[in-house]
Amino acid sequence: MRIAAKAKRVAGTAGHAGVLVFFVTFLAFPFYWMLMTTFKTTIDLHDVSKNPFLFNEAPTLEHLKVLFEDTQYLQWLINTGAVGVAVVAITLVLAVPAGYALARMTGAWGQTLGIAIFLTYLVPPTILFIPFSRIIGALGLQDSLWSLVLVYPSFTVPFCTWLLMGFYKAIPRDLEDAAMIDGLSRLGAFVKVVTPISLAGLLTVIIFTFTLVTQEFVYGVTFITAASSYTVSVGVPTFLVRGDVYFWGSMMGACLIASVPIALIYNLFVDRFVAGFTVGAVK
Amino acid sequence: MATATAAKTQVSYRPRLADNERWLWRLMLAPAILYIVLLVGFPFLLSLYYSLSDVTVGSREMNFVGLKTFARIIENRTFWTALRNTLVITIVTQIFALFFANVLAMALSTDFRGKWFVRFLILLPWVAPISLGAIGWLWIYDSIYSVINWTGQALRILGPNDWPIWLGQPNLAMASIIIVQVWRIVPLATVIILAGLTSIPQDIHDAAQVDGAGFWRRLLQITFPLLLPITLVAVLFGVIFTFTDLIVVFVLTRGGPYDTTQVLASWAFFTGIQGGDLAGGAAVSLFLFPVLTAVAIVFLILARRAEVT
Repeated sequence: MRIAAKAKRVAGTAGHAGVLVFFVTFLAFPFYWMLMTTFKTTIDLHDVSKNPFLFNEAPTLEHLKVLFEDTQYLQWLINTGAVGVAVVAITLVLAVPAGYALARMTGAWGQTLGIAIFLTYLVPPTILFIPFSRIIGALGLQDSLWSLVLVYPSFTVPFCTWLLMGFYKAIPRDLEDAAMIDGLSRLGAFVKVVTPISLAGLLTVIIFTFTLVTQEFVYGVTFITAASSYTVSVGVPTFLVRGDVYFWGSMMGACLIASVPIALIYNLFVDRFVAGFTVGAVK
Repeated sequence: MATATAAKTQVSYRPRLADNERWLWRLMLAPAILYIVLLVGFPFLLSLYYSLSDVTVGSREMNFVGLKTFARIIENRTFWTALRNTLVITIVTQIFALFFANVLAMALSTDFRGKWFVRFLILLPWVAPISLGAIGWLWIYDSIYSVINWTGQALRILGPNDWPIWLGQPNLAMASIIIVQVWRIVPLATVIILAGLTSIPQDIHDAAQVDGAGFWRRLLQITFPLLLPITLVAVLFGVIFTFTDLIVVFVLTRGGPYDTTQVLASWAFFTGIQGGDLAGGAAVSLFLFPVLTAVAIVFLILARRAEVT
């Protein structure tokens, strides 16, 4: 009896481990493969007769050198960072007051408006990019990073307003009411009492906005054709793939360097994003 | 008690301020709403108008042509291919993603050592920019150096002369695209379902166990029914992200070989932006809208339910 129970437990653990190994292999493999490819010599990469999972020649830094010295990759990283910072600023300025107002409005209006704003997040760039291409042209912003700074808040503001509304709702009204009895105005209570305790929420919004900016592709590829104005997610697939020669080592390095830091930071906040995604279906 | 005092203070100390607050809320909301109206609402209306016009990239003026543009795009066989592919990719992806995400969420709901690292690895496809992840796959699917083919031959799954060209044959290319979409959606679906799993109170399981319900019975009669709303959320987001996606097809196949893997979003891009036919592109992209409306309605129903309970 005890042996049977033990066997069952061992089988359960093995099954559990098996499931995890399968999924980690499937989901993380492309990134492992980027890592291997980045440091392999070109000759090694192109030798089909040898085991591709091993370093058949000594690892090399040549691909990274090419990436940073002979391409505009570094510029693309800087562009992404600059657009990210600007979009974060715009998003905060617009979404913070809106989120707070939606959380504190009395009556059904707050909830209804909140959901309406959330739903605009569902309108994808692939519907809007065609009219935008002409609008951006009319504004003379083609090939300018300002086009991205202008348009990206259209998808960061709705979702971040929704997230912030949730955060502010979780803060008890009594705190502000107490502060207001002590003589602060509503705005004063918001700035001096609510904002300090909602810093975690603001940080979440900052991270989320930044990752959305880094991931965006459709608008970037539509508005920008000058290589020096690309962001990372657009520059690598359009510029480094062009032509018949693929510099796989450099490309994989480019993908890896841009992906991993974002993934690390995002990972810290993922539970908060999920809380926003689940639209209150989980309490 | 606390709310009662709060209400009393509002009445007795600041009758005027309560009135002012309505204006404060409007003032705080106005910038965000204005931005959304100008940068989502206006372009959307413009898109509707474009689809009824003959506008091109270079044209200075545009004429209203009614439904002629729609008539023109549905005459094109590639449009129907794109529509079919979009539906096939979306549906097949959701089926696989949902199955995988449930299994994976179940495995992640127990505690084990190194869990945070496993979770980090599992989340990578969702968190990393998809255009870069897709390039990783482009290399994995490479026609000469595909690591899948090498491994297949090494394990004798593929014969010595079998060397599938993943992105070069229509059916294989569709399968390759679906694999990448599943790869990208599974992490998001998993964390959403995991949030639902952890929200089921342990005492329900304990009580059922005391009453003699086994693992499968609990799974089928407790876990799945309680998970239904959250699973729906995972499916809705999955549908949106696969249905409207341009990136995976753009990076992997550019719609090829011979336009057999075009989807609505990529066909809109190649027609409207690269082909310069803005009217046609707008019309194609509007075919995304009915499904999005349906998704939005389900979200509304879910949100209302959450409000009531």
